[in-house]
Amino acid sequence: MSKQVATSSIAMPHYLVALAARERWNKVEITFWLALLAVYFVLPGYLMFASQILITGLFALSLDLILGYAGIVTLGHAAFFGLGAYTAGLLTKWGLGEPVAGLLIAGAVAGIFGYMTSFLVLRGKDLTRLMITLGISQLLYEVANRATDLTGGVDGLQGIAVGKILGLFSFDMGGKTAYLYVLGVSSLLFVLVRALITSPYGLSLRTIRENPQRALAIGIPIRSRLTNIYTFSAMLAGIAGALLMQTTQFVAIDIFNFQRSADLLIILIIGGAATLYGGFVGAAVFMIAQDRLASINPEYWLFWLGILLIVSTLYLRGGLLGALRRLMQLAQRARKGGRS
Amino acid sequence: MLNFLGILFDGLAYGTLLFLISVGLSVTLGLMGFINLAHGVFAMVGGYLLVVLMGRFGMGFVASLPIIFVVVALASLVLERTLYRPLYKSSHLDQVLMTVGIIFVAVAGATYFWGAGQQPVAIPDWMSGQLPVAGLDLSRYRLFLMGVGAIITLLLVFGLERTRFGARVRASVERHRTAEAMGIHVERVFQLTFAIGSGLAGLGGALGVNVLGLDPGFPLKFLVYFLLIVVVGGPGKVIGTLLAALLLGVADTAGKYYVPETGAFVIYIAMIVLLLLFPNGLLGRSKVI
Repeated sequence: MSKQVATSSIAMPHYLVALAARERWNKVEITFWLALLAVYFVLPGYLMFASQILITGLFALSLDLILGYAGIVTLGHAAFFGLGAYTAGLLTKWGLGEPVAGLLIAGAVAGIFGYMTSFLVLRGKDLTRLMITLGISQLLYEVANRATDLTGGVDGLQGIAVGKILGLFSFDMGGKTAYLYVLGVSSLLFVLVRALITSPYGLSLRTIRENPQRALAIGIPIRSRLTNIYTFSAMLAGIAGALLMQTTQFVAIDIFNFQRSADLLIILIIGGAATLYGGFVGAAVFMIAQDRLASINPEYWLFWLGILLIVSTLYLRGGLLGALRRLMQLAQRARKGGRS
Repeated sequence: MLNFLGILFDGLAYGTLLFLISVGLSVTLGLMGFINLAHGVFAMVGGYLLVVLMGRFGMGFVASLPIIFVVVALASLVLERTLYRPLYKSSHLDQVLMTVGIIFVAVAGATYFWGAGQQPVAIPDWMSGQLPVAGLDLSRYRLFLMGVGAIITLLLVFGLERTRFGARVRASVERHRTAEAMGIHVERVFQLTFAIGSGLAGLGGALGVNVLGLDPGFPLKFLVYFLLIVVVGGPGKVIGTLLAALLLGVADTAGKYYVPETGAFVIYIAMIVLLLLFPNGLLGRSKVI
């Protein structure tokens, strides 16, 4: 497709050219993923931390699908993350220690739960959605809190030995295998998400977000599209949760906390919603800052996080990537202006 | 039976507190369609103000209450001007993020100054203890709460139904644009109702220290309660909010008493079911936000 466009772009209407350009991987994107691979060689001491950032980025990407692209506001995305983590944890505890199978099953469980709850969530508008998503995640927190035999309660499931990946590679102490495993899974899922978003399907989601009436008028089945993407997003979140459990070999009930859902929203907003990479950038910035500031004092961190939220909603639109893009546009305009 | 009456009584007192705190949120939502998750912060500030006024300045319990109302109302005016107003026309997501930011700052601040523990407040002797009424031992303090709640409800209803300002508020809630076209300065109406609502939340927070508890997690712990009451009661409706608050108060108390092992289940399940059954609020015909 992209080759055809390149050869016959003169005859193509401009909007088709633009659409085709969106599909192509540009240099910045390729550099981004190569840089992540380079982390493995350059920063061997930080691989555990780096894999956690990647996992959070993947989790944020799942939120981006429904919040950034489909416009569904949620305060309870941690429900799916936690569900995935617990599924993977319990599977390992019960003897199915192979990580990839664990991921698939965790994703399926979270996806099924997402599909079932999507009908509750999609009924209302923003405020109702906020409350129902919040309620569902708090409900899961309570369930995990009560079923201590199953979940280990506040202490969580500890010291679960995760098996070898595909029976070949075992996790090591330095987190080398874990990092490559997380990077492999995230990049694979990212390619999938990217293809989804650049497809006509992805465009229809944006149409729903921007103008539901028009979307309906041009024949987009709104309800089924939203159910669909909500389920997919839940599945991704579940896989991210399972990854976290497998690489840290630990999961406790605070995985369902309100704080986690709120943090995730913040991460996505810092990075920039509906940008695909916003989640990863936001996760890196957020977690490095948290690592530095929270070690001084957790209250200190919460305070500055609050200030950051207030300031960024009032003054910094579109997150870091949005600001960066505006900067680049300005530079481009300056260059063009200089030439003519 | 007596047992049941006791629970009903406790639940109604609890509901009264929830009403005092949430009625302001109802106005914010009904008038401006602003999703203010930080409303509980005003209640928490009221509670801590009571602790400071009574502890550091040695003021009486009852004497502190009007001061708290005024201080919280004035503080909320400043916030409305600087933080809320720029986001009236923004997306709900922006409003959610900004108000979550306020919650975080408030939680961190409260922990910094008062620590993470519960704050006790000594209520005066004449208000503590029980009052035997027809074989039931009723807590004097809860009777006092219900009295305050009844007076404030009457004042609110009178203010809304019988005064010119109340008519402006109702007109603005009903149809924002038309009200503006009729020459009502909706933003100013909103400013004043926002301040009154926040003051009431502060008052409710102060009165509730002994019933709801007071710790830095307060705004998050009760967030669901406030939102639920407002949505079920119908945004901008005083009587609807009162009914929803009392209903929720009784249901929550009864749930904790009869089936303690379910804990917070009741409230979340009640929320999901109520929202599905009454997407437009208990009394119907409210704005869907």
